[in-house]
Amino acid sequence: MIPAPFEYIRAGSPDEVLRALTEHGDEAKVLAGGMSLLPLMKLRLATPGVLVDAGRIEALSYIRDAGDHVAIGALTRHRDVETSDVLAAQCGVLRAVAAQVGDNQVRHRGTLGGSVAHGDPASDLPAALVALDATFVVRGPGGERIVAAADFFRGFLETALAPDELLTEVRAPKTGPGGFAYQKFNRRAQDWAMVGAVAVRNGTTRVALVNMGSTPLRAHAVEAALADGASIADASEHAAEGTEAPADINASPEFREHLARVLVRRALTEAHA
Amino acid sequence: MDVSITVNHQTQHHDVEARTLLVQFLREHCLLTGTKVGCDTSSCGACTVLVDGESVKSCTMLAAQADGRRVTTIEGLATDGELHPVQQSFQANHALQCGFCTAGMVLATVSLLEEIPNPTERDVRLGLEGNLCRCTGYHNIVQAVLAAAGQQP
Ligand SMILES: Cc1cc2nc3c(=O)[nH]c(=O)nc-3n(C[C@H](O)[C@H](O)[C@H](O)COP(=O)(O)OP(=O)(O)OC[C@H]3O[C@@H](n4cnc5c(N)ncnc54)[C@H](O)[C@@H]3O)c2cc1C
Ligand code: FES
Ligand code: FES
Repeated sequence: MIPAPFEYIRAGSPDEVLRALTEHGDEAKVLAGGMSLLPLMKLRLATPGVLVDAGRIEALSYIRDAGDHVAIGALTRHRDVETSDVLAAQCGVLRAVAAQVGDNQVRHRGTLGGSVAHGDPASDLPAALVALDATFVVRGPGGERIVAAADFFRGFLETALAPDELLTEVRAPKTGPGGFAYQKFNRRAQDWAMVGAVAVRNGTTRVALVNMGSTPLRAHAVEAALADGASIADASEHAAEGTEAPADINASPEFREHLARVLVRRALTEAHA
Repeated sequence: MDVSITVNHQTQHHDVEARTLLVQFLREHCLLTGTKVGCDTSSCGACTVLVDGESVKSCTMLAAQADGRRVTTIEGLATDGELHPVQQSFQANHALQCGFCTAGMVLATVSLLEEIPNPTERDVRLGLEGNLCRCTGYHNIVQAVLAAAGQQP
């Protein structure tokens, strides 16, 4: 299967991306690692007229200690996140979650920014970023704006990004090397999570869910129960509250709700161990 | 568009459509048919090649994305007629049956051993999770990878 024809523009800088996006409007799509976009284009579920390849913008591939947070360029590959020394010391959870994305081949190409911009509720890293209360730096024709993870994911494959905007940086708070867990449940290696649960301890304990609705979700009821002194076992019983689990070939909503409770309990136990 | 890729140490320069996939570039323009297409949906790993030394699925990459880079396919692993140690190990450990997955398995292994030179069995199984063998010869494949890493399986 071959994508429908498109015009290919290789951008050398963020400004070149923005110029191409402004010029071509809705017709254009940014290409990062292509691990989500190219499969969609091959199936002709996406048929952009113009593809703006941002994949070679070195200036957007970095992981650095930025004082009160870790700054990660949007074009940083999963592979570089999974092996980063800065993240090992300052935000271990992102490293561990990146290592669970797809397989080696996918992680050699896919990027953190692509995962975020794609807005798939079944993706691993967006849930981790929601649990972390990370922020995203977005650049458009009018300049730069900062969007909180909680406000970024709007619906299934729908985010706060406008068609003429580029995600440039992810800012993750420093949570240290440990105190987290990611429980990902799937039936085959390499697959997306049927359900996933991320727990991060940083003063308070925060929990986010993968594939339990149209966006990554914070498990607010679990967090509130924990803050009120509930045991892990009792707090985990609230894991499915406020979710809208999808039904698909892998699982019914009821099974997903069950998985959420079990995975949250396991994640909390591991994060507190 | 003009795409120029160093494939197995040789410059391959072809005028292709922008939508040309890397695997098509290799098979149809370079006439290197050792790289197989299995699923064509980025699931099976049969089309795995190395781009700048790292494994990628060539059915899910545009030739344009590899423009100016180094690509290694199964045809480029042997030196002076001598098989690459990973190829030798696959042969010695009977790690192939029909052989359809083998080129991808071997290249995924070369990349894996570059990143983890002394893998455990678990490292190997996780490291090759993107490669499926329809003949299900996983046991011998894992043994071959461990042997290639210089470990007694
Ligand atoms: C076999 C396979 C298995 C996978 N398994 C998993 C898994 O288990 N878990 C998981 O989470 N993911 C999985 N993925 C998806 C993978 O994580 C992708 O890498 C990621 O979702 C997209 O990143 P990308 O860089 O490849 O983005 P692309 O595919 O290039 O782009 C994705 C979308 O984001 C937009 N975009 C990309 N970058 C930017 C930017 N900087 N600014 C604005 N818009 C942008 C694009 O226009 C496009 O709409 C898998 C993919 C494959 C092929
Ligand atoms: S043919 Fe590329 S992954 Fe199956
Ligand atoms: S040897 Fe036949 S598919 Fe692996």
